[in-house]
Amino acid sequence: MKTYDEINERIASGRAVVVTAEEVIDYVDSRGLERSAAEIDVVTTATFGPMCSSGCFLNFGHSTPRIRMTEAWIDDVAVYTGVAAVDVYLGATELRHNDPANMDYPGRFEFGGGHVIERLVAGKALQLFALSYGTSDYPRREIRTWFTIRDLNQAIMVNPRNCYQNYNVAVNASDKRIYTYMGLLEPNLANCTYCSAGQLSPLLNDPFYETIGIGTAVWLAGARGHVYAEGTQHAPSCRRTDEGLPTEGGGTLALTADMKEMRPEFVRGVSLPGYGVSLALGIAIPIPILDAEVLRRTTVRDRDIRAPVVDYSRDYPEMTGRTLGHVTYEELRSGEVRIEGRRVKVGSLSSYHAARRCAHLLREEVRAGRFPLAPPLRPLPREQGMQGLRITGEPR
Amino acid sequence: MITRKLFLRFPKCETEKPIVYHLVKDYNLIINIFRAKVTANEEGYLVLDVTGREEDIDRGMDFVRSFQVTIDPVNKGVRWDPQRCTHCGNCISHCPTHALHIVDPASREIGFQEELCIECLNCLENCPFGACSSAF
Repeated sequence: MKTYDEINERIASGRAVVVTAEEVIDYVDSRGLERSAAEIDVVTTATFGPMCSSGCFLNFGHSTPRIRMTEAWIDDVAVYTGVAAVDVYLGATELRHNDPANMDYPGRFEFGGGHVIERLVAGKALQLFALSYGTSDYPRREIRTWFTIRDLNQAIMVNPRNCYQNYNVAVNASDKRIYTYMGLLEPNLANCTYCSAGQLSPLLNDPFYETIGIGTAVWLAGARGHVYAEGTQHAPSCRRTDEGLPTEGGGTLALTADMKEMRPEFVRGVSLPGYGVSLALGIAIPIPILDAEVLRRTTVRDRDIRAPVVDYSRDYPEMTGRTLGHVTYEELRSGEVRIEGRRVKVGSLSSYHAARRCAHLLREEVRAGRFPLAPPLRPLPREQGMQGLRITGEPR
Repeated sequence: MITRKLFLRFPKCETEKPIVYHLVKDYNLIINIFRAKVTANEEGYLVLDVTGREEDIDRGMDFVRSFQVTIDPVNKGVRWDPQRCTHCGNCISHCPTHALHIVDPASREIGFQEELCIECLNCLENCPFGACSSAF
């Protein structure tokens, strides 16, 4: 048994034993659970993939004379201005003004909110255009100017939903191609797409949220950030394996961090033909090895984790709840899986390669004493489902 | 017999000559065209495999050059930018020849083997990060 304080003391002294959620598997295999639990202080988990429910609050500072922005665009992408005068929220999935979307199907969606966020973090010059109706105290009615992230007072990423605990494997059982947020799906189960870091993924290494809670320190694209709430659609009361691993979405995290400290390679705009734009993020979360049981959960392997196969031509849009069975991440990573008796080619939207880099970078930061752990202020809900939206003709 | 993949760029004025016909007829070359864009009054592009005896290929290329056509002996039609690639692997199931492939199963790093590329352009359509691009 170790406490957060003991682990943080070892981190501060530069003596902490830190391994990634991939390395820990062989470590425990060769040295045994009890001995490993005594030796290892921290296991770093990570993921990299599109996370649509992401965005950021920006504060521009005040111009002379002042403006209270009522409509604003950054690089022609609309931002939300329904907050204070020069605060805006820029969302990952916002399209560029005049994007033809799917009018010429499938739309290309080459640039949108996610790409503006990528350019912002990369230190590029962006153009702000904003309008207002003008007031006594904020007389300016229009502004157009260039800025970079260094010119902003704050650029704080605030993501309502990241790090889905597990995720669907998307297929298309219809006889026509479909374009989805899981990419192009060819008809008759010709290909499938998954989106999870599997054995490296944060919430699969802490399936019951024993160490990851509200207040936990996270590595969000290189910046030290925090879990500020349960993520939207956090649904821990999902179907699980005997070991407690979700076999569907499960839990989610709401994360925040300062974008001025982020690394551009882990903040990347995403274009999905026929669907829209998004933002891919690299996230790493340290798990303190408080006891052998916490350690045992971090030794989860791709072969133990099962993902549901969902037909995105019918069952997903129509909310039928039907799945075409389950496959493990070990099977998915082999490049081909069997679904309904057919051999199906596998693609991935999450990058295991990039997730691994995030886990390595956080491991080095913890080893160097630069990333102390923060114990949760409050646990994430461990029992709750997710409700659908009922459509009613009159108020209930 | 050897096979070479070539990328030809035609200047505006030479696009009406039946160059490929002469390569087959006069130089005994087997031609496999992957992709072509040859439009009157515009620069033209041709990506092809030529198969034949080395000296026939060399003579054929001298013939092609006599029309001010530039020949690149490497694949320039489709480019993969390792700086933009996040190694997600979405391209893998869409690449019919495994030109885009997983280099190392442990790190799941993606690589691009140019000589296997047949320029179907599936990767251009499907890369979420714009890592693949076309010269034309």
